[in-house]
Amino acid sequence: MFDMIIPAFLVGGTICVIGQLLMDLTKPSFTPAHVLVSFVSGGAILGALGLYEPLIKIGGAGASIPLSGFGYSLAKGAMEAVEKRGIMGAFSGGVEATAVGIAAAVFFGYLMSVTFKPKG
Amino acid sequence: MDDQSSPKPAIPVTPEKYQKLTEQYTPKPTVVKNVILAFIVGGIICSIGQIIINFFISLGLARLEASTAATATMIFIGALLTGLGIYDEIGKFAGAGSIVPVTGFANSIVSPAMEFRREGYVMGVGAKLFTVAGPVLVYGIATSIVVGFAYYLLH
Repeated sequence: MFDMIIPAFLVGGTICVIGQLLMDLTKPSFTPAHVLVSFVSGGAILGALGLYEPLIKIGGAGASIPLSGFGYSLAKGAMEAVEKRGIMGAFSGGVEATAVGIAAAVFFGYLMSVTFKPKG
Repeated sequence: MDDQSSPKPAIPVTPEKYQKLTEQYTPKPTVVKNVILAFIVGGIICSIGQIIINFFISLGLARLEASTAATATMIFIGALLTGLGIYDEIGKFAGAGSIVPVTGFANSIVSPAMEFRREGYVMGVGAKLFTVAGPVLVYGIATSIVVGFAYYLLH
């Protein structure tokens, strides 16, 4: 049950530090939205180059829970689908591989937004 | 004419005094503190994700399936804590530690949607859900398609 927790802590913490430095050292041009967008695209590019896979192996959730892991899944899905279906796979693979996450974000996001009232 | 080109100082502050005052009121560099907090909070959130992965594996799911299920669970937790007003309290000191994990993605979805509910369920909630998620999906999916194309051409 407590497998991989320390690697997840270390890798996840380090990835978050990169985001923090991006924001602090480029103030005020880099907003949280910019961080999320660059992490998704960055993760996808690292995934395509085969550089993100080792991080997943070493860090588990430390690499898959940060948004760069979402980018990695998108790229991995696209490449695997190209293997199976050719060029159409480039379009279908990314969304297919991340469908659970996208659907969960839309559904739970909607549910919570209509259930709760903002504070203050 | 002469008055305009060299106006007398309205308040008795010398450049030296001004320098001192500026230093006094400029916030101290907090980069080191921010980095440490981001590391700890980000690390803890990912550790919780790992515990959830391990839990799903113990239920008999394969590693990839367990990881997907854990991501969905973390999105649920992030969205719930945002609704309860707890996630924004964490965000005040955690910075990127609470933004970069997928719980922060969930926060970026719920926060504006909840705020703009008074503008209606379609253009309020429905549209504002995608304030940040929209750009993330646009750039993420577009990058994955480019990657897929490149992979197709190289293999």
